[in-house]
Amino acid sequence: MQRKKIVIVGASSAIAEQCARLWAEDPAVDFVLVGRTLAKLELISADLCVRNPQSHITNWQVDFIDPVKIKAVVDAIVQTGKVDIVLIAQGSLPDQRQCQENLSLCSEALSINSISPVLFAEAFLGHMQKENSGTLAIIGSVAGDRGRKSNYIYGAAKSLLACYVQGISHRLAKTKVKVILVKPGPTDTPMTTHFKQQGLRLASAKTVACDILGAIKSGKSVIYTPARWFFIMKMVQYIPQFIFKKMDV
Amino acid sequence: MTIIFSWGRVAAWEHHLKTLSDRRHIAEIINESMPGLAYGMGRSYGDVGLNPNGFLWQTAKLDRLISFDENTGQLSCEAGVLLRDIQRLMIPRGWILPVSPGTQLITVGGAIANDVHGKNQHHYGSFGNHIQKISLLRTDGEIIECGPQLRADWFSATLGGLGLTGFIVSAVIQLRRVVNPFLDIETIPYQNLSEFFSLADEADLNSEYAVSWVDCLSAKGRGIFVRGNHSSGEHQLKISQNSVGRTFPLTPPISLMNDFSIKIFNKCYFNLKKWRAGSATVHYEPFFYPLDRLLEWNRLYGKKGFYQYQALVPRANRQEVIKAMLNEIIRSGEGSFLAVLKTFSDKASLGTLSFPKSGVTLALDFPNKAEKTLGLFLRLDAIVQEASGRLYLAKDMRMSRDFFEKSYSKFSEFLSYRDPGISSSMSRRLMGY
Repeated sequence: MQRKKIVIVGASSAIAEQCARLWAEDPAVDFVLVGRTLAKLELISADLCVRNPQSHITNWQVDFIDPVKIKAVVDAIVQTGKVDIVLIAQGSLPDQRQCQENLSLCSEALSINSISPVLFAEAFLGHMQKENSGTLAIIGSVAGDRGRKSNYIYGAAKSLLACYVQGISHRLAKTKVKVILVKPGPTDTPMTTHFKQQGLRLASAKTVACDILGAIKSGKSVIYTPARWFFIMKMVQYIPQFIFKKMDV
Repeated sequence: MTIIFSWGRVAAWEHHLKTLSDRRHIAEIINESMPGLAYGMGRSYGDVGLNPNGFLWQTAKLDRLISFDENTGQLSCEAGVLLRDIQRLMIPRGWILPVSPGTQLITVGGAIANDVHGKNQHHYGSFGNHIQKISLLRTDGEIIECGPQLRADWFSATLGGLGLTGFIVSAVIQLRRVVNPFLDIETIPYQNLSEFFSLADEADLNSEYAVSWVDCLSAKGRGIFVRGNHSSGEHQLKISQNSVGRTFPLTPPISLMNDFSIKIFNKCYFNLKKWRAGSATVHYEPFFYPLDRLLEWNRLYGKKGFYQYQALVPRANRQEVIKAMLNEIIRSGEGSFLAVLKTFSDKASLGTLSFPKSGVTLALDFPNKAEKTLGLFLRLDAIVQEASGRLYLAKDMRMSRDFFEKSYSKFSEFLSYRDPGISSSMSRRLMGY
């Protein structure tokens, strides 16, 4: 049986880690983990190694913003063999108010949530297009469906990813390469601890991960996870602007 | 502040929550949130896992496996790993947790801190008997590695130490070989306590697993005895990875477990089991963890919640003492559906405050009826104390300090191992701070 090679960028994100654990249930899977901190990647790869001793795992530490370094790492990964799945999962949930007051934070938030995923995706998709195979999934957010005052910097960054995925899907329409945009609703991760304390109902990272694996298998171009967010966001998108302006969201 | 319930839902107290997800940074987080207490899955019935108006260090995301030796069966993992995840990963590979309690939805750290036991206590002791090493982080930043042969005094204090000796970061567990995930079990109805004890004594010798449900409303103490051993037959190893139980959907305003319903439940349950008595081969999950089939079942008891009362009485006069307890329950008019009777062997637990010792344990759930229920508990306490027995700290939320000190004779020895940066409702109630 041919082994599957899965690259996870932003491998230390909670959703990505849960995806990796689910993939690790299949013995014929090898992982390439890409992250900003090697020590954190080592914790995750040790865990995956116990779950799946047959799996070959490599860790790559890289600057997530530097285009030259990103290109070099992606080229090096691709050189080790054909990639079947790429999951791009990095991101951070910035404090909206701080982003308004501190443009450096604002710039960082935009970079890590939009520019960085696009750079990685572009670097991988060039190779995947040549191979005419593979699936690339990017984690966006329901926050990108409509800007609102409490998190529009994050939302704008995620909205850029949605537009990017539309464009790249168009570009690759005649190939066998699939690109998927995943839009999770609020998910229980270290990034959202404060939401949990406010009593907000959060989906588990494992539930979101199950949906991502399902979407990659079926090849859907956009998924909302949990699925109810599709209906919620449809309603939110259709709220007239004059009413939306009055809402405290 | 967030309201956190005890599993029995009698307590609903405000806490500051701190999520831990990276074992390299625990010390920094703990350092800025003291006094605190490690909090796993919140399955402790009473107040052992709560720290009202203080910090809870949540460990559920500290759930990475660290290493596993296929030859020796030693698994090293972080404290927040669930017993369920270990079982589901390792049983298909031929290894199983030697001891697990009635729910697998608990963390390794919680299992150590309460030194939990299971249906095979008489052969395998408690959870701590299979721990090779604990990595304990004190709130002053010191890391203490301890095990049966390594700083054994710290090891004993930490097993069953209610999370009060430091923050358990990780542990090494000795798993045991298993051929398949099935058990050959036998269900035997008994009509009175004397029959129960002869079945239990026989099972001590021949059956690895033994437990019984007792109809606490029957005058003679009738019940259903279940004994079993791992199946050695040829079975498929594959088990479902994602099977989850149904979730009880709401908290009813009043308890669905009342005097009337418990009487009917008990009668039906006894007769159904009696009708189905005999031998069977079953999967380990429904046998070990029947309660996990209905998630959030604790809400069945309504808004007022319930207490669990679990006592252990020594071997001498065991039948008379259990009979006296059941009589007291019948006299009080209080009922319990989840009533479990099990004998413990003299297989010693290693923890200073571990619960198991040679004797018999009776565990009962009671809907919270305030003074009426607490009054019954005081009368049961008197019977247990008279018999030199004790209560299980993992379940308790109302025992008196005096009873604790008298029944856990090594408690003063334990105090010198406490971490001053850790406190719980139970520690303040029973140990001063």
